[in-house]
Amino acid sequence: MINSSILNLKLFKLSFICAFFVALLALPGISSAQNETAKKPFDPTPVIMEHIGDSHSWPFVFPLVAEKNIPLPVILYTDKGLEVFSSANLMPEGTVYKGTYYSYKLEEKHIKAVDVAGKVDESAKVYDFSITRNVISMFITMTLLLIVFLSVSSAYKKRAGKAPKGLQSFMEPLILFVRDDIALPNLGIKYARFMPLLLTIFFFILINNLFGMVPFFPGGFNLTGNIAVTLVLSVIILFVVNLNGNKHYWKHIFLPDPWWLFPIMIPVEIVSIFSKPIALMIRLFANITAGHIVILSLISLIFIFGTLWISPVSIVFVVFMDCIELLVAFLQAYIFTLLSALFIGMAIQEHHHEQEVL
Amino acid sequence: MELVTPDIGLVFWTTICFVILLFILGKFAWKPILAAVHERENSIESALLKAEAMKEEMARMTSENENLLKQARSERDSILSEARKVKEQIINDAKEAANAEGSKMIEKARIEINSQKAIAMADVKNQVASLSLEIAEKVLRKQFEDAGKQDALVAELLKEVKL
Repeated sequence: MINSSILNLKLFKLSFICAFFVALLALPGISSAQNETAKKPFDPTPVIMEHIGDSHSWPFVFPLVAEKNIPLPVILYTDKGLEVFSSANLMPEGTVYKGTYYSYKLEEKHIKAVDVAGKVDESAKVYDFSITRNVISMFITMTLLLIVFLSVSSAYKKRAGKAPKGLQSFMEPLILFVRDDIALPNLGIKYARFMPLLLTIFFFILINNLFGMVPFFPGGFNLTGNIAVTLVLSVIILFVVNLNGNKHYWKHIFLPDPWWLFPIMIPVEIVSIFSKPIALMIRLFANITAGHIVILSLISLIFIFGTLWISPVSIVFVVFMDCIELLVAFLQAYIFTLLSALFIGMAIQEHHHEQEVL
Repeated sequence: MELVTPDIGLVFWTTICFVILLFILGKFAWKPILAAVHERENSIESALLKAEAMKEEMARMTSENENLLKQARSERDSILSEARKVKEQIINDAKEAANAEGSKMIEKARIEINSQKAIAMADVKNQVASLSLEIAEKVLRKQFEDAGKQDALVAELLKEVKL
């Protein structure tokens, strides 16, 4: 009786779950730390780089079991044709796999075509379109986004005209926030056209930021801290801004006010077309990557010192950083969306010289 | 440099994912959600406006009701006072009529009484006259039983007569 009532306590359940995950994280760590300290000083750089970069396998951590690398599909587009095989063939790094057109091996996480002797063949053109860890995680978050928002959307259909409920009431403030605080003030009455883009960008960045903070399975990646992802997002913004730019926008670039400033202003304005998306790209990438690096460095402290006694200090700092990262996750999603809206707003606004940014 | 070199593969997959997300969410999530929110906002606003209008209508109706009530009350008062007046009138009329009738009956009774009295008096007179005549006759008869007395009376009567 007493036992079951204790089990029913929410606090107990919560602490049990926490304890489980702490054990899940700590166990392989302790064992590897014991191995490492005996041999040589721990170098955190490769560990951190491995985490914030991409890879062709998914490192999986189970309690009491050594870390497992789950192989992922490799898709290569070569000058001779398409190659698809499992990355298990390339592991461990350096293993040569003979494909249909070339032989391949992993060199510093990149798949290179090699000749018979195992030397990198520079003449072969190989483009790597593999489903890497980041791509898988993007599929996961994409699926999650689709499930969440399609169900929210159906909730709106089912409960038309009623107050929001459940997941719907959790998402509605965020959607309204994007609409009322990001889109409307910057885009004016034409905001409705850009709402889908802004909402998608906001939630895509937000969910990937948040999942990136989760240290185990559904998370544990660094997607929004990857320059390729932020590049795509900012290129989309670049296109949207310039394809929607009206005549005021182009006049501002090619016919700046005093005519004698043409030689200076035109190059500056042309640079500014590109500098805005580049700033977006680097801001998001740097913020998220920096957060991940800081947290991993703090965790690495335990292994650098080679003692478990430093772990309370590490954990306190990591929890603190996690709180900040949680803020940053929302903040960066907000800032990216806000600046996108601002740039679009500047391109479509009717009145000349209303606000200057950057 | 490794960190800031975008991989072509990830660029490709991100583009595909993002475009799919943008398309599906834009069509099946954002559009209906925003439309629903907008519609709800409109309905709330119109409901508020309607409520305001209703309130005004209510206030108007209340004042109207009050006016009606006041009117009805004054009408009732006037009707009541009129009724009271009519009642008094009726009572007065009835009283007067009763008085008149009463005095008429009293008068009649008096006349009747007088006439009855006169009749009775006349009767009494007749009876007294006949009674007195009878008495006189009896007295005279008694007196004239003896002849001397008759002669004395005749002589006296003759004396009085002067020729």
